[in-house]
Amino acid sequence: MASIHNAVLDLKRLDLLANGNSSIHRLDARAKVLVTLIFTICVVSNDRYELTALFPFFIFPVAMISLANLPPLFIMKKIALLCPFVVAVGIFNPVFDRVIILQLGSIGISGGWISFASIMARSTLTVGAAFILVASTGFTAVCQALEGLGMPKVFAVQLLFLYRYIFVLTEESGRASRARELRSCGKKGQGIHSFGSLVGHLLLRTWQRAERIHMAMLARGFTGAFHASRQSRFGIPEIRFVLAWSALFIFLRFQNASQLLGSLVTGLFP
Amino acid sequence: MTTPVLELHEVSFTYPGGVTALDGFSAGITRGRRTAVLGRNGSGKTTLFSLLNGLKRPQKGVIKLNGEPLRYDRQGLLKLRQAVGMVFQDPDSQLFSACIYEDISFGPLNLGLPEAEIRNRVDKALTQMKLTDVANRPTHALSFGQKKRACIAGVLAMQPHVLILDEPFAGLDPVMAKEFMVVLDQLHQDGTSLIIATHDLDLAYAWADDVIILQDGHLLTQGKASEQLVLPSVHNELGAAPLVAELGRVLALTGTDVYGNGYHPRTGTELVQALIHQSRQEIDP
Repeated sequence: MASIHNAVLDLKRLDLLANGNSSIHRLDARAKVLVTLIFTICVVSNDRYELTALFPFFIFPVAMISLANLPPLFIMKKIALLCPFVVAVGIFNPVFDRVIILQLGSIGISGGWISFASIMARSTLTVGAAFILVASTGFTAVCQALEGLGMPKVFAVQLLFLYRYIFVLTEESGRASRARELRSCGKKGQGIHSFGSLVGHLLLRTWQRAERIHMAMLARGFTGAFHASRQSRFGIPEIRFVLAWSALFIFLRFQNASQLLGSLVTGLFP
Repeated sequence: MTTPVLELHEVSFTYPGGVTALDGFSAGITRGRRTAVLGRNGSGKTTLFSLLNGLKRPQKGVIKLNGEPLRYDRQGLLKLRQAVGMVFQDPDSQLFSACIYEDISFGPLNLGLPEAEIRNRVDKALTQMKLTDVANRPTHALSFGQKKRACIAGVLAMQPHVLILDEPFAGLDPVMAKEFMVVLDQLHQDGTSLIIATHDLDLAYAWADDVIILQDGHLLTQGKASEQLVLPSVHNELGAAPLVAELGRVLALTGTDVYGNGYHPRTGTELVQALIHQSRQEIDP
């Protein structure tokens, strides 16, 4: 129950952060979506054994958090929530890939461990970038931007509906769950039986709500077509933002900046 | 002579499964007046509203808007929904956009209005409902009262001549209800015909010009609120009487006729004033 409530509060907080007024917030959503997409592509397209090449990419989330005045701890906690899933994805790499590809003194590190660390770094970077995008732009604006960038309108509308009713559904689930808890006297209710009927009840309620929403839409002249309502401006600041970050990401993708820096340091101080 | 803006003639509607919500129902909504629709749960109020907005089509009978039978083709329905706006009881069933600016612009966009006109209407509705500060806030971050006002703003932006509100005061605190009443009065002064469904008899007695009272899908009675809501048959059906009307009746039994000169106090304040007036006349006839 508490976790449902907390998840809703966290999503609400992300939205409230998006109401900020920093230079990043003021940018057109399309620019931020585009940069995040390029960032994601550049990060995930790195070789699975590339670990050091990923480190310079952390400059993007750090810069965005700083410029958009976002709370770093909150964003890090959100990223940490996804860690178990990422661990589940990569945990078998060290088991199946035991070939030593790196020697740290007397310790040999297998390719499995490197690729596992690479998966962790890539997920941290991309998930972090997505959270930062929503926290500095707002989910609605992100969907509108995706639509502006060519995503079919029907998908954008579905995403917006999903986002809107996630809150309504979680609140309803919370209420139903609370009602169940209050009458189960500290026990787990009737176990799977009551849980099954609770889920079924929620499904029926969702169905009824969908009917009511459709009626409300019809009452306001809905005839099956969605119309765009807001236009934003993609100006010089947006072009500069996209060009600068994209150039950096492409450079980092094809040049291992960590190695370059390492060579420079060892060259200067042999 | 006031003309009915909406008329129902012998209208019947039965849901799939055989539940008859309205059976041979006839009534009229007078233009520019405030009408309260009352009835017990399941008496057919919500179905009546859905019929008036064209969300449901009667299986029998005719519904007329400005004397013309409703048309159920695409253009006819669009015209009807522009003229007759409807605000649902649960705001979460009406607000489906992620922010309220989007939601309020939904209706005007469907009407195919020019962009400048849409912006103008949305801004006006936001100002009217005191929502300008939260226009871009996510819908789920709004309070219940704000959501309720956003629902009304969404309909106001379509500039309907008739506004139907299903239980508009349900869930509002007294302060918010008063503020909302001011908005409704303003709309009434601007010439909008208002129809509300309510279980609050005191509110209906104090606020409405006319009442329509339903009983199991039939019309029990229709007429002026001050005349209909004092009828014993109405009290029997609704299970209560307006407090002010009941006090007036008791006072009349004790010899104090507050209804002298045909004046009907409709609120507690009006009743007190009538009593003061009565005592002054007794002291200084």
